Amino acid sequence: MLMGRYIPGDSAIHKMDPRSKLLVMIAFIAVIFLANDWLGYLLLLIYTFAGVWLSKISISYFLKGLRPMLGLILFTVIFQMLFTPGEHILFHFWILQVSIESLINAVYIFFRFVLIIFMSTILTLTTPPLTLADGIETGLSPLKKLKVPVHELGLMLSISLRFIPTLMDDTTMIMNAQKARGMDFGEGSLLQKIKSVIPILIPLFVSSFRRADDLAIAMESRGYQGGDGRTKYRQLKWQSRDTILVISIIIMALVLILWSKVSK
Amino acid sequence: MGQKLAKFDIIKVMNKILEVENLHFKYEKESEVEQLDGVSFFVEKGEWVSIIGQNGSGKSTTARLIDGLLEEFTGTVKIDNEVLTNQNVWDLRRKIGMVFQNPDNQFVGATVEDDVAFGMENQGIPREEMLKRVDEALLAVNMMDFKKKEPARLSGGQKQRVAIAGIIALRPEIIILDESTSMLDPTGRADIMRVIHEIKEKYGLTVLSITHDLDEAAQSDRIIVMKDGKVAEVARPEVLFGSNEDMVEIGLDVPFTSNLMADLRHVGFDLPNEYMDDKKLTQVLTGMLKK
Repeated sequence: MLMGRYIPGDSAIHKMDPRSKLLVMIAFIAVIFLANDWLGYLLLLIYTFAGVWLSKISISYFLKGLRPMLGLILFTVIFQMLFTPGEHILFHFWILQVSIESLINAVYIFFRFVLIIFMSTILTLTTPPLTLADGIETGLSPLKKLKVPVHELGLMLSISLRFIPTLMDDTTMIMNAQKARGMDFGEGSLLQKIKSVIPILIPLFVSSFRRADDLAIAMESRGYQGGDGRTKYRQLKWQSRDTILVISIIIMALVLILWSKVSK
Repeated sequence: MGQKLAKFDIIKVMNKILEVENLHFKYEKESEVEQLDGVSFFVEKGEWVSIIGQNGSGKSTTARLIDGLLEEFTGTVKIDNEVLTNQNVWDLRRKIGMVFQNPDNQFVGATVEDDVAFGMENQGIPREEMLKRVDEALLAVNMMDFKKKEPARLSGGQKQRVAIAGIIALRPEIIILDESTSMLDPTGRADIMRVIHEIKEKYGLTVLSITHDLDEAAQSDRIIVMKDGKVAEVARPEVLFGSNEDMVEIGLDVPFTSNLMADLRHVGFDLPNEYMDDKKLTQVLTGMLKK
């Protein structure tokens, strides 16, 4: 599973502030919808691959990240191809038709998917989950004015991340314990498979409750009273390369807007 | 022994840093059984006091009441001559550092350094000071090499050391160990005890240790024995483990050397009625054999 995996490195992208990366990632998704012809997509493609190249991570990791989504992408692309109305019809069968327009549309949608996945893969591959959580927390801090509990969300996120390996260990332990007692996993009909999950799930829930209880007491004993009046040990540093990154996506957006105006 | 007694007498003149008087507590209001049924004891500044007792005798409950983690009790808890109330609980809690049983469940931070800093963040300590204290605390528990590591990559004993570092960084006056070594292997256990002894001397701390490990308890200045929510006995380990019968009556065991001494007495050795650790006993026995 590649989702959310971090690959250590010291490339320019690795050293960037998670806030700038998150910001650009979100902006990029919006920018993609500004492109409406092949030149626009070419530009986006160059931008994305410049990112891939700068991250110094082998392209095979990105292709692996694409694999689980491939089914969904092909499904959408084929539907777009068959059901989009167009003038120059190439192929016609019952209510299905393939036209040049629908074919082009399908290709665009394919690229949209691929670019978004590549871009988000760059983000997760180059940013440690923790730093990402920090970035999300500080990135959301303007929402404090709207009474969004930003500190609590950040804390929940970082505790969840910290407990993922612990809970994975728990799961393996419980599975092995149930196997030792004669449980068969992954055998029989679908219903039996679902039923066999219960002896893992319930102990896992119970142990999570206990962990949560212990953790809350330990936190309280160490003086945790909520977000007010807390200082922060971790500090994010915004450097000039982050400013350059943000400017690059703004330029990108401007170029695409201008281009679509001109081409009309 | 004389030296130790003298030290004990000096301490006696000094203040009681922790005083617990007539504590009553039950987990459920309707419940007939009281978890704590009139617990009273005190701890002098700089002392190492152990609380022992069977499961369910109210040891951990007492520790949690002292730290203000449980509410709705009767009786008084005095820390540094101040009575614990709802208003000053956060201030008094700063004087106490607690290390719990499960090393995994008390690890809040995402990495070692974050966990050590967590308590300081809560107290609003400036970042510059935090950086300094994190390093200092990690050095004190000898975990500097693991500063950037995640908890999943540490052993149980190492996680407990991080928990202790998090407490050292807060500079408390009292450390409460709530069965902190019970989930560790013998090496990890000895290691943690050594670290705590070191920092106790270094920072002049008071230690209240709840434990099932009798050898650990035998090293403390005083032992409080709890049974059924009451304090059954308070004594120095030498006295308490001197005779087996009392302890067995309470439902507890005695340390290995204490049992060995009883057996030796049984076969005719003339041993003093005071508990000795293995080194002391070896000395006495070799002395006897030479004669």
